[in-house]
Amino acid sequence: MTSSPETHDDTKSVGALDGVRVVELARAPIAWAGKLLADMGADVILVEPPGGDPSRDYPPYLDDQPGENRSLYWWHYHTSKRGIVVDLDDSGDRDRFFSLVATADVLLEAEPRTRLGALGLDYDDLQAIRPELIHVAVTPYGRHDPKSDLPFTDLTIMAASGPPWSCGYDDHSLPPIRGPMQGYHTASHFAVLSVLTALLHRDIAGRGQFVDVSMTAANNVTTESASYTWLVAQRTVQRQTGRHASVSPSRETQQLCADGRYANTGVPPRRPHEFAALDKWLKELGLDAELPEAVFLAMGANWEGPFDLAKIGRDDAVTAIFGAGRDALKLIASRVSAQAFFLGCQRTGLAVGVVNAPEEAFEDPHFKARGFQVGVVHDDLRRTVVYPGAPYALKASPWAISRRAPRLGEHDAEVFDEIEGRCSPLDDAR
Amino acid sequence: MAEALSAFRVCDFTGQLAGAGATKWLASFGAEVIRIEDPVRQGRWDILRGSPPFMDERRGINLGGAFNNHNAGKYGITLNLRTAKAKRILEQLIEVSDVVSENFAKGVMERWGFGYERLREIKPDIIYVSNCGFGHSGPYSDFKTWGPIVQAVSGLTFTSGLPGREPAGWGYSYMDHTGAYFMAMAILLALVHRQRTGEGQWVDLACTEAALTLHGPALLDWTVNGRPTRRDGQPHANRSQWPPMAPHGIYPCRGDDDWVAIACRDPDDWGHFAEVVGESWCREPAYASLASRLAAQDELDQLVGAWTVRRGKFDVETLLREAGVPVSAVMKPEERIDLDASTGDFGLWPSVAHPEMGDVRVDGQPVHFSETNWRIARGGPCLGEHNAEVLTRLLGLGEEEIARLEEEGVL
Repeated sequence: MTSSPETHDDTKSVGALDGVRVVELARAPIAWAGKLLADMGADVILVEPPGGDPSRDYPPYLDDQPGENRSLYWWHYHTSKRGIVVDLDDSGDRDRFFSLVATADVLLEAEPRTRLGALGLDYDDLQAIRPELIHVAVTPYGRHDPKSDLPFTDLTIMAASGPPWSCGYDDHSLPPIRGPMQGYHTASHFAVLSVLTALLHRDIAGRGQFVDVSMTAANNVTTESASYTWLVAQRTVQRQTGRHASVSPSRETQQLCADGRYANTGVPPRRPHEFAALDKWLKELGLDAELPEAVFLAMGANWEGPFDLAKIGRDDAVTAIFGAGRDALKLIASRVSAQAFFLGCQRTGLAVGVVNAPEEAFEDPHFKARGFQVGVVHDDLRRTVVYPGAPYALKASPWAISRRAPRLGEHDAEVFDEIEGRCSPLDDAR
Repeated sequence: MAEALSAFRVCDFTGQLAGAGATKWLASFGAEVIRIEDPVRQGRWDILRGSPPFMDERRGINLGGAFNNHNAGKYGITLNLRTAKAKRILEQLIEVSDVVSENFAKGVMERWGFGYERLREIKPDIIYVSNCGFGHSGPYSDFKTWGPIVQAVSGLTFTSGLPGREPAGWGYSYMDHTGAYFMAMAILLALVHRQRTGEGQWVDLACTEAALTLHGPALLDWTVNGRPTRRDGQPHANRSQWPPMAPHGIYPCRGDDDWVAIACRDPDDWGHFAEVVGESWCREPAYASLASRLAAQDELDQLVGAWTVRRGKFDVETLLREAGVPVSAVMKPEERIDLDASTGDFGLWPSVAHPEMGDVRVDGQPVHFSETNWRIARGGPCLGEHNAEVLTRLLGLGEEEIARLEEEGVL
């Protein structure tokens, strides 16, 4: 249950997916997809094999001590879900699985490509008993590609699909870099989009369907210019430090600030009012005397009409004004903290960002004011733990964490009683 | 083939990628997405409209490669909202739409007289989804952002790098893509809610906030254990924190900027890896257990790199693949698009027909639906391309009236 410092009265509103039952076969690549659905009100029933999903034991741990129900990784990825144990390799349990699917709207799974078919539990088998079922299968290369049988991790999925090629440093003797875990997150985003799209169609057409999601395809289409520069112009982008990979090198955008932290300087000043604000800020800081070129800021501030950017490097005045803009930012950054630089630049209207560590962003007053820090009650520990909050604010059908992640088999009795009594939330809703 | 979302119409003010990427998903599944652009500025609010890459070096407001990629399958009309007549037309369009979507800075829709309250007066069950960097409330809600700024502020830039160096960050706007995915989810969630309750709503999406959700375990390590990610030895993006694995990294290969990613998940993977490499260090007790390999990762990475650098990346891939170890060459765009048959076989790069560019390949969707699959056939709309079609079909305007509106500078 959510008890936020900024508690809002959610008692009357329900999540957008209230009444939708999702059966999720526990696997790391789709845990995030299940959470996104569960936190929007879906009744996500997480199915684990006997002994539990391996990610129950992933670090980091509560108080750094490994042990049962101490994985913070598990806590995060399985909020708002109920947990049961089913041994799909056991014929009796398979019957129970069938009766569970018979009450479900969605099956979300990332099993090895041929596993469910071999067990007689693939879409054809399941839709025979539940035509309304939406079966979303997430595999490395899609259900039809034998390459999906290859072993994989988030790292190899991303390397195969493009993101690391574009990320890294100007110095190409350093390796390309992959953003940790984002390969699985991207696959999960497409799994969620698929679930929602198929649900809307089912509301109208009455039938479910099978959806084949490819993790590598998902990351392939999440590389921005790397893909379309090749598709459109058959040219290859090259990685650069902290900025967009590009066919031709571009100017650096990361600036080291006085406190040893970085800021991303984005697009330098290019409008008269921006030069005016920058000139004023430089004077406020008493730094104008250190920058003889500051006179060009005033010239930029008084410029008639918009600048012709094509004249940079050709016209002396325009070149000097734009050079002064960059130099002024560099000088200010070297004298103030990254956070002060970020706030000051934004106040002059420049799209600049402080390079925060995740916890620094989490503690920032802006996100706190928006209620992003959310308390989740851990009844078993008799404490409330602060979690990251909603990715979007749906005003009428809000996001909420309805419960902490389940213990192994915590809801076995509850779920199977419901099924046997056929009194699922779904049936109630109808 | 039937279309999953053909029951829905979107009055779409989005642009760039963070917004346009969202409505691209909807259009791929048959939603009628009508882009509304400003004729006075030739739609240049969307900076991608006339920007490179260009096909055959042909430049122009309708020839931007990125714009075409993100807007394939949508309709495009122009409305000069400085005029009362255009505002009236927009009201009529909203009356027959399900969704209004935008990714402007906060306050732009209000300034035009189309804030949420007004939208609701026009269409009581309208779904309004706004997507901006910091959202519409909170101390930074007036701040300006674009993808790299969102990534910087939210921690994604910081976590993508090597220890002791400046952040490597992202070589593209990961959060424009991902912000678009969250925006599409928000639209679909609100549609599901409306289908069930009849109630519309406003969704306030802050791209930085959506990005912050992507650090879950690290944030709990902070709130529960007080451990920051800004600490010695971190970030080390190519290593695996959860679960721990070693070796786990991107290693150099013979060739021009060629690299390979290798991950040993468990003792079996390590055993198979050691067998393939077959060098004496693989048998040293110092690397026998996961704990010892983790403790000696820097050294181990050097040794692995010294082995891979003598081989081609696809050779390493083949050797380790046959041994059952997770491995992949770091694919260059031309390799994953044109050489890796799996993307083409999946139909990932459909060709669209663009009236001025000709046939051009775009990003498809990485999914296939058995009953109502996506379809991307038409290119991104030229400026005002569908003025006549949309205004006639939806609002019943005649040819002469449309010509007059064009003359008056309304369209």
